[in-house]
Amino acid sequence: MIEGILIGLSTALSLTNILMVMVGCFAGTIIGMLPGLGPMTAIALMIPITYGFDPSTGLILMAGVYYGAVFGGSTSSILLNAPGIPGTVATAFDGYPMAQQGKAGKALAIAAYSSFAGGTISAIFLLVAAPSLSKVSLAFRSPDYFALMILGLTAISAFSSKGQFLKAMMMVVLGLMLATVGQDSLSDITRFTFNNMNLTDGISFVLIVMATFAMSEALTIIFRGKDPNRAAKQISLTELGSIKVNKEETIKMAKTIPRSSILGFLIGVLPGAGATIASFLAYGMERNYVNEEEKQKFGKGSVHGLSAPETANNAACSGSFVPLLTLGIPGSGTTAVMLGALLGFGIQPGPRLYQTNPEIFWSVIMSMYIGMVVLLILNLPLIPYIARILAVPRNYLIPLILFFSVTGIYLMSFNNFDIFLMIGIAVVATFLRLYDFPMPPLILAFVLGGLMEETLRRSLLISDGSPNFLWDRPITLIILLITITIVGWQIFSTFRKKN
Amino acid sequence: MRISPTKFISLLFLVLSVFYLYTAYNIQVFAFDENAPFNARTFPIYLGWAGIILSSLKIILPEKLTTEVNHKHLDYKSIIYLIIISLIYAAVILKIGYFISTSLFLFASYYFLGERRWGLMFILSFPFVAAFMYLLHGLLNIYLRDPFLKYIGVMG
Repeated sequence: MIEGILIGLSTALSLTNILMVMVGCFAGTIIGMLPGLGPMTAIALMIPITYGFDPSTGLILMAGVYYGAVFGGSTSSILLNAPGIPGTVATAFDGYPMAQQGKAGKALAIAAYSSFAGGTISAIFLLVAAPSLSKVSLAFRSPDYFALMILGLTAISAFSSKGQFLKAMMMVVLGLMLATVGQDSLSDITRFTFNNMNLTDGISFVLIVMATFAMSEALTIIFRGKDPNRAAKQISLTELGSIKVNKEETIKMAKTIPRSSILGFLIGVLPGAGATIASFLAYGMERNYVNEEEKQKFGKGSVHGLSAPETANNAACSGSFVPLLTLGIPGSGTTAVMLGALLGFGIQPGPRLYQTNPEIFWSVIMSMYIGMVVLLILNLPLIPYIARILAVPRNYLIPLILFFSVTGIYLMSFNNFDIFLMIGIAVVATFLRLYDFPMPPLILAFVLGGLMEETLRRSLLISDGSPNFLWDRPITLIILLITITIVGWQIFSTFRKKN
Repeated sequence: MRISPTKFISLLFLVLSVFYLYTAYNIQVFAFDENAPFNARTFPIYLGWAGIILSSLKIILPEKLTTEVNHKHLDYKSIIYLIIISLIYAAVILKIGYFISTSLFLFASYYFLGERRWGLMFILSFPFVAAFMYLLHGLLNIYLRDPFLKYIGVMG
């Protein structure tokens, strides 16, 4: 492991890669800060830029963007009560009241320190857990992988559906349907192309991500522009106050950070859970841990209430890399986008990545940590200046997002069919989002579609067409039982709400 | 009888799933693969049935959480303008090249979204696209096809 860490450090600490982490953190912070744009959009917008880089550098840039966007989301939560991403909603509960009390600078500093500490602790967990899990995951066979993908898709549907599980499952099926367009990987038979040559190679992953996130996000912002509930709140950006944290506040943070980090990391590892659930659970857990006096301060600017979700969401980000790097199965929408990018570089994440491309495996882990250090030393002093980005008018912001989306697709194919297709998908996605049809399950299903068909093919061929493969192996059976429990729980909660 | 938008979307999804399933059954597979445990049709057929079952459940089951959208608060005019500009942009990008089409797209988008500061609009369109192209083409060595710039000799 020490050798691996050294390989990772030597790759991550090269001048180009350090520069990329810095650029990534900075760009991610700015994009993540803009309400409505989260890490998925930020990473999607970076994909075209990484075309010219080698895989490690590209991934390091994306890891920087990821952490930057999560931190940026906290900034808009605290300053505007407008979370850039769902994972920072809980941050606004105590961060925004603090900002209203004239302590915005302090709130941002607490958020930055908590994010850093949560990220550091979880990076250590990742360092220890990932190689061990890689070895365990070598025991996985096709039926287990198939079952694991079913679990991942069910879990992300359950957690991202806001109580509307069926809608999320419909998005999963839609994502899988889109993944079947083009040539079948084994027989080369074309499917669902309707004799259109442009569809023979299938629909590009970048196109789907750009359409369902970047472009539809931009269209949604314009579409809901007249909604008084969504209108951007104004704040005096010159009155951020001091960013210094006193001794009493430091002690409070020191108590909160370890427990929130552990909880965040464990939640992040679970497929589909991620930063949003981690931050809410950490907030709830922290409220139960503190004394009665502190409990009264929750929702009114509590240090514990701000530190807990911020620590947990960053820890969950690191945790979500565990299934991606060890099993090749992304646990969240953001890691699904990163999986797509990895596949674009010709790298198949999974247990063998640790053996075949150790420099990539370790450099991603190490660069995540370096990203957090950079985030702290680069962003903290720049907070007052970065906060001014929130004043960028949407008249400029929206066309620039559309421009980056179209450029990304144009660079890939130099073909205007893809641009038309992207606009079409983005319009459909905008309407679907309007009625709360979630997009992360669609992306995850689209990314996993090919692999899922492949593992199902192998499983069915081995069992000679019999469905016995679903319960022949204990691992498969256990994973499927967990999936059934999640579905059962969703049905039970629906009936409980009814009654 | 009023049908909710969610159920209407589910109905469209049901139609899509039926069409998908019909197309899946008509995928031409090799003769020796026809009776194999798994062929190019198998997975799409499962998906078609899954789509039909899920959308039917959504249509049949009563809605617990309804998503209310106030159409008065939706800016249809701006979004239609943006989509039309984007479609025109996609249609002309190959003919007039990346630089001009992108700059004009940005300029027109700023205008239709209500911006009237002409100087800033210009800077954030033509020079901005030129700088971006220099970053991609000149510094990162990413090829950007532009027949117009090639014609006037700016690009190789």
